[in-house]
Order: sequence, then structure tokens, then C-alpha cells
Amino acid sequence: MSARLPLERRRFLQLLGGGIVVLVGLGPDALQAEEAAHLVPEDFNAFLVVGENGRVTLLSGKVEMGQGVMTSQAQMLAEELGVALSAIDVVLGDTDRCPWDMGTYGSLTTSTFGPALRAAGARARSTLVSLAAGRLGVPEAQLLVHNGVVSVRGVPEKSISFGALSQGARMVRVVDQPAVLRAVATFQIIGTSPVRLDAIEKVTGAAKYAADIRRPGMLYAHLLRPPMHGATRTSLDVASAERLPGVTVVHEDDLVAVLHADDESAALGLAALRATWALPDATLDPDNIFEHLLATSPEPREVTRLGDPMAAHKLAVRLFETTFHKGYVAHAALEPHAALAEFSRGRMTVWASTQTPFPTRDGIAKALGLPISAVRVITPLIGGGFGGKSAFGQAIEAARLARITGKPVQVAWSRADEFYNDTFDPAALVTIASGVDPAGLVSLWDYSVIAAGTRGTTLPYAPPNLRIRSSGKLFETAGTEAPSVHPFAVGAWRGPGANMNVFAAESQIDIMAAALGIDALEFRLRNLTDARMRRVLQTAASTFGWKASTTPAAGGRGCGVACCIDAGTYVATMAEVQVDLSSGRVHVLRIVCAEDLGLVINPEGARMQIEGGLTMGLGYVLSEELRFHGGEILDRNFDSYEIPRFSVVPRIEAVLVHNDTLAPQGGGEPAITTTGAVIANAVYAATGVRMLRLPMLPARLKQAMLAQGIH
Amino acid sequence: MKNPMHFQLNGQAVTLDIDDERPLLGVLRGELGLTGTKYGCGAALCGACTVTADGQAVRACKTPLRNVAGKSVVTVEGLMHKGKLSALQQAFIDFGAFQCGYCTSGMLMSATELLHNTPHPTRAVIVGHMERNLCRCGAHQRIVMAIEAAALQRRQLA
Repeated sequence: MSARLPLERRRFLQLLGGGIVVLVGLGPDALQAEEAAHLVPEDFNAFLVVGENGRVTLLSGKVEMGQGVMTSQAQMLAEELGVALSAIDVVLGDTDRCPWDMGTYGSLTTSTFGPALRAAGARARSTLVSLAAGRLGVPEAQLLVHNGVVSVRGVPEKSISFGALSQGARMVRVVDQPAVLRAVATFQIIGTSPVRLDAIEKVTGAAKYAADIRRPGMLYAHLLRPPMHGATRTSLDVASAERLPGVTVVHEDDLVAVLHADDESAALGLAALRATWALPDATLDPDNIFEHLLATSPEPREVTRLGDPMAAHKLAVRLFETTFHKGYVAHAALEPHAALAEFSRGRMTVWASTQTPFPTRDGIAKALGLPISAVRVITPLIGGGFGGKSAFGQAIEAARLARITGKPVQVAWSRADEFYNDTFDPAALVTIASGVDPAGLVSLWDYSVIAAGTRGTTLPYAPPNLRIRSSGKLFETAGTEAPSVHPFAVGAWRGPGANMNVFAAESQIDIMAAALGIDALEFRLRNLTDARMRRVLQTAASTFGWKASTTPAAGGRGCGVACCIDAGTYVATMAEVQVDLSSGRVHVLRIVCAEDLGLVINPEGARMQIEGGLTMGLGYVLSEELRFHGGEILDRNFDSYEIPRFSVVPRIEAVLVHNDTLAPQGGGEPAITTTGAVIANAVYAATGVRMLRLPMLPARLKQAMLAQGIH
Repeated sequence: MKNPMHFQLNGQAVTLDIDDERPLLGVLRGELGLTGTKYGCGAALCGACTVTADGQAVRACKTPLRNVAGKSVVTVEGLMHKGKLSALQQAFIDFGAFQCGYCTSGMLMSATELLHNTPHPTRAVIVGHMERNLCRCGAHQRIVMAIEAAALQRRQLA
């Protein structure tokens, strides 16, 4: 087989050494769809290697940024291959060694990449069993695989290890047909919560992130940033910076950087640069941005229509029309973007904190005019991504500086850089006109969203007359589309668009229930035919101890509910809040969230994603709203930009609704998308005040309460 | 200014002949090669760079090197004792008190200070003490549970 391989593939296999290699091939449908454009040039990359020492190397483009996929991917492989978890070494996000991958986002690792990885494991196992059959002289059907050893059923001493089978073998297998996966009932590793593979290194400080990589002779770089987006530089004086000992100033087109062998001296050098700027007019701010979005966004286009929405407007016995707003939100991962680039003998190697190692590699190649084969991106552990590390500007900056200086260069963004360069979750508006029929069922859902995109607009309910319209893609690409309506970059933020859309939709459902005098849970159940969603809601209700209520409380304490389907996962969340009537501050007392994610690979990991998502969600719901003046980002650190702290976080109970017969669904994002509505609905139950804009800052809630005579 | 300065770092004597106005964080991560202590904000707002000096938690990003002269500095790399994880480190693993791990070093060091000064903290005291350490992954309730468990274990061993 290897004789017919192209040179590049043969070289690649030599690099891997001996053993049994399982490659990406024309395999599982999901993977094929994901990688359609990339299979031909890069199909030689391996999923896994069974080494001659019996250790198994898992190679994956899906990276670890806290969500636990280092462990869950190893669990899937260990289960299908038949080895102990401890026998697996994991290599993630190394573009020279791992199979091509579009990036780690969209809650897709387990649901989309998982099947391909499991198939590779199963393919390797069947190869090893067939080798063992030859070596042991028994039919395959008589063989068992356990802990990396193939043995004869009933004769355990007649056995051979994976390592022994791999010795001297230089075998390549391609996942090219549907694999026979292990049955759920036989799982020993999938469905358990072992100690995370990254646990020890993370509690001992040994864990390496991009800014922790050290190379001999490296320089630290700090870059000059404009004071606001849209500013152009009119002068630059580098003289005082260049006089500082050990400082190198690089100035090439838009790139102005100060470099030094120690980080602070580079930062001091940056402070010594003198630049003047021509600033654009700045008129936009967090309050007038919505008017601007309405005025500048293209006419919403229809994306879905069912029944006759126009007629349903006239036929509805009650109509409800509401507009919802949400501000810009920062990713604010604790680790700012960082990269170290080294250019040696025509090859660029970049260690980068990135959710998208392969697009980062391609982007570096394009920016520097290098062939893709001359660029390697290595992804260390990532200190939180949330969509923000899909952008990789820091890696290009480091690569340019490494080529210019001929030395390894680290670019680690300051917190102010991080805020300035962030691709924010966009401010957005949603308008909903909904109606009910005489039986009190939702008969009309006429939905229009501006700037958030359509994720999260698919209802769990089934109104017979439906129209969904959307204006403005979430991800605007420069050049090909109309100019951006936003004063700075926007992009994917954990549950992109769905945070806004689920907030609006599930608030609207609550508004309807309250107007009809029906308990919020009861109204949802009446309108739900989907048994999966009913079960998830009922599970949340029984865990939470939901008490039916049809009128808001007077004392500032109340409970809310919200549900949705996101990334294939069904979510129902309930929360209890106490509103401080004098300040407008919302104290969240407890949250229960039930999810049906299909088959769960790592239950503790899934629960942590739910808890983490809801905690993060409390930020955009209660305190986070980017302050800006035109293209000037006014929030530059955590003193003014308030992410949730310990005192804000309530007891959160995550409940996994078993559904092992369904393939695994997404886990990273679904829960967070319910946070806006569940808290807004609880605030309504607590006060009778309906908050239609996120975040519900204390001053805004206080003002709304005063307007309703509550004080 | 340059003058040799001495301090203890994770139990080892350290002598440095560098500008002692430089922040401790850059020296730890640079010259001393201990990258477990993280940069998060550069302004003592997030706690990712927390270390202890004579048992007291300090923010290394805003602490000039001269402030720790003669003191005993402990970083996350110094928490293990005779090759064993500390009770806090073990509890962080047992309770899943981290996700991305980037804030973890600072969380551990702040919690170490707390348990050093307050062996029997109530939940409210733990929350109050940890309030200035930021976590974006949302591991908060597990961090609190881990600190409670470590405190309990220390009491049982004492």
C-alpha cells in the first residue's frame, strides 16, 4: 500500500515511526461534510497510532480550552479501541500531526468529531484482532480485547498485547466504511467521569499555555494600538523608545512593535513611543446603537415560513408584540490571546492560543506569503475560548515579527489589547408578534431578528403559522458583504445569536402565559408536543420543586423557567431570584438546569459545562455590557467590565436526562442560551416588571420598577 | 536600581541582581522560569497572578520585586510537599474546581492564604475571600466546595 502513496504521505508516515496507524479516509458522513473541502490534499493525517510500546497516541484538531475534550476524546478512543485511559497520549491542535479540523466551536467536538474518532478506534481494534488471530492461530470470533491485550475467550493465558502486535508492523488503515461501534450496554469508559487528563498539571502550575512557551533567544513584543477603531496614524516618533537599552522597534506598514528580552521592558518601550492619530467621528454608544442598527441593517429576509402568518395576525384572539434588546458582550477569557513564533530555515512554527489551529495556520501562510506546508501551528492548553479565540490576530503578529527580527517572538496581548481586539457578541434586536387561538395555544409566531443571526430561532413549540426573518449575518466578512453595521469587530460568542434569540423567544412565551393567566410551566407544556422537551421540562420542574403561579409576587422573590433546543441538546432551566427593591439589584438564589444531550461521554464534564455556561450567562444578563464611544472601546479591564464573581454565583444544580439511545449532542453552549429568559422571567415573577433589554443593570431595573410604582 | 536582593522561593534561596522595581510576575515567569503564575489583567484586578509572601497573598503583577526582599515567596509550583499534592490541590481535582485552569494557580494561592489564616472558614467567609479572584469558565461553586473540603480535611488531620 505504501508504495503507491505520494511522497508527502510517505514522509509523514516515516515521521510517525512504526506501529499501526489509522488515517482519516472517506469515512463517516458527518466528518465528510465537515471536511469536504480538505480531504484530498490532507487525508494522510492520522487519527491514532498504536505504538510499538503499546501506547496509543490520539491525534485530534479539537483543542482543550477547559471544556474537557482532552479527556472525553481519550475516553471515546479508549472505549472503542479496548485500552485503558492511561494508555493514551493526547496530541491536540498540532497542524503537522493532527487531522485537518475546522476549529473547536459550536459544541461539535463530541457530536461531530466523536463518531469519526470512535470509528477510527474501532478500525484499529479490528485490525489488531485480525493480526492477533494470525499470531495466536485462532479465529477472530474467539478473541477478546481488554486493556490493550487480545486474548482467547476462556483461555486468558493465550494472549498478546497491542504493543507486541505493533512491533515491526508498519501498517496503515483507513477509516473508509461505517465502523461497528461498541454497544452502549458494554461501555466501561464512556459514561464515566475519570480524573481529567489535564488535572495534575493544572493544579501544579505545570500546565503550559501559549505565553508559557520559552525558546532560546526569544523576544517579547508589545504592539502599538490605535486609540479607537477607524483611527489612522498621522505621525510616529520611535526615537525615545529606541534609546532604551536592549529595545528593538519594528515598524512595517501597519505593524509597530517594541521588542525586548524581558516582557516589562518591552512594555516600557511601547509606552515611550509617540504617535498621533486622526480620529473618525464618534457618535455611537450603548444606548443609541439600536437605532443605528435599525437604520443601517439591510431589510430582514425571510428564512422560514409556515402556514399563513398574515392571516393569523387577523385571526388571533390576542396579539402580543414585543421588542427585545441586548448590548455588546466581551469574551473576557482569563487568558488573553498569546503566541510565540519561530522562523527557522524557511519554516514558521507558531505556538498559539487558538480555537482554530488549521485556519490559523492558513491565515499565517496567507499573511506572510508562505506556502501552507511551511507553517506549523501548535496549540498548547487554552485558557478559555468561548468563541473569542477563533480569531488569531496575535499569531499573525508574532509570525510577522519573528520573520522580521529572525528571532523567536512572543506576542501576548495585554488585557487592554484583548478588549480592543475582541470580536464582541453583537448588540442585537428582536421583534416578535405572537398570537393565541381561542384554546389558548400559540397560533402565530412572527419573528424578526437584527444582527444576531438565526441560531436559537427554531422553537420547541409548533405554532401553525410562523415566519422567521433575519437581517445581517452574525459573522460579517470584510469585502464580500455590505459594510459592517458595527463600530468594531463582532463574532461568535458561546452560543452565538442563541443567547439573544432564546432570551427573546422564551420571554415572549412568558409574556403570553402571564397575560392569559396561565402558569409559565403549564403554558409551555400545553404548547409542547415534543416528548423529549416535555420530559426535560418535567425533570427540571421536579428537581426544582416548581410551584404553579399565575400572578407576580409582591416581595421581590420569584421563580422563572426557560427552555430551548441548541446544538441538538434539549435544555430546561429554572431559577429563583430575590430582587432588592430599593437598588434594583438581582440576587440569583438558585438555578436548576436539566439537559438531554443524548449519550453522555463524561457526565461530570457535561455537568461542569452546564454550571459554567449558566454562571457565564449571568454576566451578560446582569452586568456585562461593553461601554464604547464610536470605535473607542471604553472598557479596558475588569475594574469597569464586571464578569460574575463568587458572590454572584448561586447554587446551580445540573441534571442529565438519560437518553443513551441517541448519539451524543452538543454540551458546551446549550445551557447558557437559556440564562437571559430564565432570569428575566424570574424577575417578572418577583416584581411584575418585564425586562426587555439585557443586561438588567440595577439602575435599569430600578427605573422600570419606579415606572410601575414599585419602590 | 540594581543591587543583589535575596528571597526564598518555594523553599529555595534566590539571589537576583536585576532592577528590583520590576514586577515580581515578570521575574517569576521570565528569569526564574516559573510560568505557573499567570498574567490576566496587569492591574491586580483578576487574581491570576496571586502568590504568597510570608503567607500573605500578593498580586505579583503589581508587586515590585523589592517588596519581597527577605521574604518567603510561594507560587503554585511550591504547593506540593514531598511529591504529594496539598489538600487543596487534591480537593480541586476531586471537586472539578477548574476547567481551563488559567485562574487555578491564583485560586489555589488565595485559598492557601485563607486556610493558613482561617482554618475554619464559613461558606460566606470563603466567598468573601475569593471575591477578587476571577474565573470565566464558571467553576465558582466547585472552587468553594473544594476549599470547604480541604479545610475539613486539614482539621481532621490536625
